Amino acid sequence: MLRTFGGWAALAAVLMVALAGPASTDEAPKRGGTLTYMIPADGPPSFDAQREETYATIHSAAPYYSTLIRANPMEPGSPDLVCDLCTEMPKPTDDGKTWAFKLRQNVKFADGQPLTSADVLASWKKIIWPPEGTVSPRASNFVMVDSVDAPDAYTVVFHLKFATDAFLPALADPYAWIYSKAKLDQDIHWYEKNIDGTGPFKFVKYETGQSIEGVRNPDYFRTGLPYLDGIKGIFADKQVTRVEAIKSDQAAIEFRGFPPTVRDELKAALGDKIDVQTSDWNCGGLITPNHKRKPFDDPRVRRALTLAIDRWGSAADLSKIAIVHTVGGLTYPGSPLAPTKDELQQIAGFWPDIEKSRAEAKRLLKEAGQENLSFTLLNRSTDQPYKYYGIWVVDQWSKIGVKVTQRVLPTGPWFAAMRAEDFDMTVEGNCQNVVNPLADVGKYLPHAISEGNYGNFDDQHEIDLYNAMLRELDKTKQKQKLLEFNKYVLDDQAHGIFLLWWQRIVPYRAYVKGWKIGPSHYVNQDLATVWLDK
Amino acid sequence: MTIAAPTPTGTAVFADDRIPPRGVVASTIRFVRRQPVGSIGIVLVALFGFAGLFADFLAPYNPTANDFTAMTEAPSWAHWLGTDQLGRDILSRILFGARTAFVVGLTSALVGGFSGLVLGVGSAYFGGRIDLVLQRLLDILMSFPLIIMALAVVSIFGTGVHNVIAAITIPLIPRCARVVRSSALAIREVPYVDAARALGFSHSRIILAHMVPNVVAPFLIMLTSFVGQAILAEASLSYLGLGVQEPVAAWGLMLQGGAEEYASTAPWIAVFPGLAIMLTVFGINLFGDALRDVLDPKLRER
Repeated sequence: MLRTFGGWAALAAVLMVALAGPASTDEAPKRGGTLTYMIPADGPPSFDAQREETYATIHSAAPYYSTLIRANPMEPGSPDLVCDLCTEMPKPTDDGKTWAFKLRQNVKFADGQPLTSADVLASWKKIIWPPEGTVSPRASNFVMVDSVDAPDAYTVVFHLKFATDAFLPALADPYAWIYSKAKLDQDIHWYEKNIDGTGPFKFVKYETGQSIEGVRNPDYFRTGLPYLDGIKGIFADKQVTRVEAIKSDQAAIEFRGFPPTVRDELKAALGDKIDVQTSDWNCGGLITPNHKRKPFDDPRVRRALTLAIDRWGSAADLSKIAIVHTVGGLTYPGSPLAPTKDELQQIAGFWPDIEKSRAEAKRLLKEAGQENLSFTLLNRSTDQPYKYYGIWVVDQWSKIGVKVTQRVLPTGPWFAAMRAEDFDMTVEGNCQNVVNPLADVGKYLPHAISEGNYGNFDDQHEIDLYNAMLRELDKTKQKQKLLEFNKYVLDDQAHGIFLLWWQRIVPYRAYVKGWKIGPSHYVNQDLATVWLDK
Repeated sequence: MTIAAPTPTGTAVFADDRIPPRGVVASTIRFVRRQPVGSIGIVLVALFGFAGLFADFLAPYNPTANDFTAMTEAPSWAHWLGTDQLGRDILSRILFGARTAFVVGLTSALVGGFSGLVLGVGSAYFGGRIDLVLQRLLDILMSFPLIIMALAVVSIFGTGVHNVIAAITIPLIPRCARVVRSSALAIREVPYVDAARALGFSHSRIILAHMVPNVVAPFLIMLTSFVGQAILAEASLSYLGLGVQEPVAAWGLMLQGGAEEYASTAPWIAVFPGLAIMLTVFGINLFGDALRDVLDPKLRER
């Protein structure tokens, strides 16, 4: 296994997590105290995780909710999925097409109402088939679901159109909070501005753009949890504010992740009062060409632009200053389904010889009549890692004679520009949650299938490749089909120009125990197992 | 003693008492003697202007080229002012940043200044409803602080050099127009302007040939201060991420990129662009003060 790049990456990821951090499993947890943590945002767009795509919502309100199943909080980086509201992970029936989940019977919402299968059913129906007037950005992850029903008060059954390995990880979506059916019936938008869940903490108050506070839920269904008496999330958009808060012990942790320079700064300032956990991150950067704009409708031009970028020669150095780290294709590098290094090096943009690669890029541009290509790159005004991606690729493209200026916009206008198709090329991030190699590449499908794709192209062949891959249950064939998909998207058509995978670095006060880093900043955020050693 | 014919502006001079013209060198020496501090200002501005103009020849490195072998290097013989986190030579970026600063500063000041001059003199000359409407419009524009107005313009039209120039130019126009108008109001009442009207001169001729030359002194002083204000505004907008965009070399952008994150580990990333801004604006202010002293008859002999 270790002969493959994916195998080495998987081992490295496991070792990184294992060596990095504070397993603390051998220490007896202490009860009490309030955890103050920083949230790198100026506030959540709404409290309804089912409709949002940002950690600002997760980090604000995940502790107040539960999900049907979830990543193992003790090993969030492993493929191990465990029950949250269900009693045990079911075995599928009907050739893998029927999944019946038994629910816990001692669960109460914060308002005192008991949770039943009707609540779980209503929540999942809203996620998979969003009613008119609501949005569900991850609905496309559930194309395999035919129907969901609740045969009794404590059973929920998912019926699939076809068996697929992508189903269970998709179900562990940390955004899939379970809501009260009564509240949804009362107002489908109720959860956008209110909080009422079954999580380890009870919501107390939210001060707009300032902080959000909760207290221990005495009715939490896991006996003995949570350990903390309370939690307080403080919103701060600026990195320097968050770093200073941790430095001065006004806050203990920020869960999203800092660049390496901050880790070094905090370690230098506070020594062993700071612990650090590190992980590969199921987030990658990409550049999306607008296929509706010339000359980006020409695959030769798109291919030339990916060929110009020296990923192998830049990753190690960029990782010193930015949260980018690993060279990889569309599949999370820690996954056994990820391409090996040899396989990756067959794909345009990942060739080992950058001079040969750039010579081919120039040839392609000449062939396409675009030797003097110049364009504007749309980018997001977020330092990590968008700013670094932008500066880096502009420099890389200059080496094949392409002149690029940047148009940097705040998050809202940046999204608006992409949705309005008002760009030549745009820098994007693609963050997924529980590692789901088959479904995670859905982002690269045409917009008709994937709402999050802004490339403005149609490609039935790509959709066919994806569908075939999704239905494949044999691991070897899955990997082969995923590789074929990678080659088609990144090389043959260059629908997207993938840059580098991210690294997650979380430096925090050493007295924070019981939290384990995973490859997603969306996962493992209910804080039930966190305790303070002070 | 003979009396010479009136000049086009209507002022008469005594021919025999004309002060003989001085050479450039003599004038320069006289200026340096009388305005030593202002001279320092001119030297500073000239140095940075020269740096910007000839950055292509002076800069030792490509200001936008990443060099991962030289990331956050301290000042050395290879990189006199050190490098930033992407290995870009700070001296080269400061030299090219001077170009950005002066292009934005001079363009904004000149366009804003001359637009204000035309509006101010025109408003004073025509008076009546035109003056009333124009002044109220200028009042509205003046009610916003320069940086707030610039932020609003950039928010509407987007970032980039051209939009930044527009964003800074627009708030400068009413400031200039207001000062120029007050000078022009006094000029409008002098007899030679009445004479010009009586002779049937066109409005544009009266404004351009008879009124504008008489408001040049306050206008020039204001223009110099506008250059400094515009450079500061450009740096502020870039620092806020709303000005010119990476990888273009600009002083404010250099501060935005490194000042916070590398303040303790690589302070040169922030210190040198900060110094460049400070020295340039300081130089322009000194020059403006000296110019005011030279052009203002009340201050000239002090």
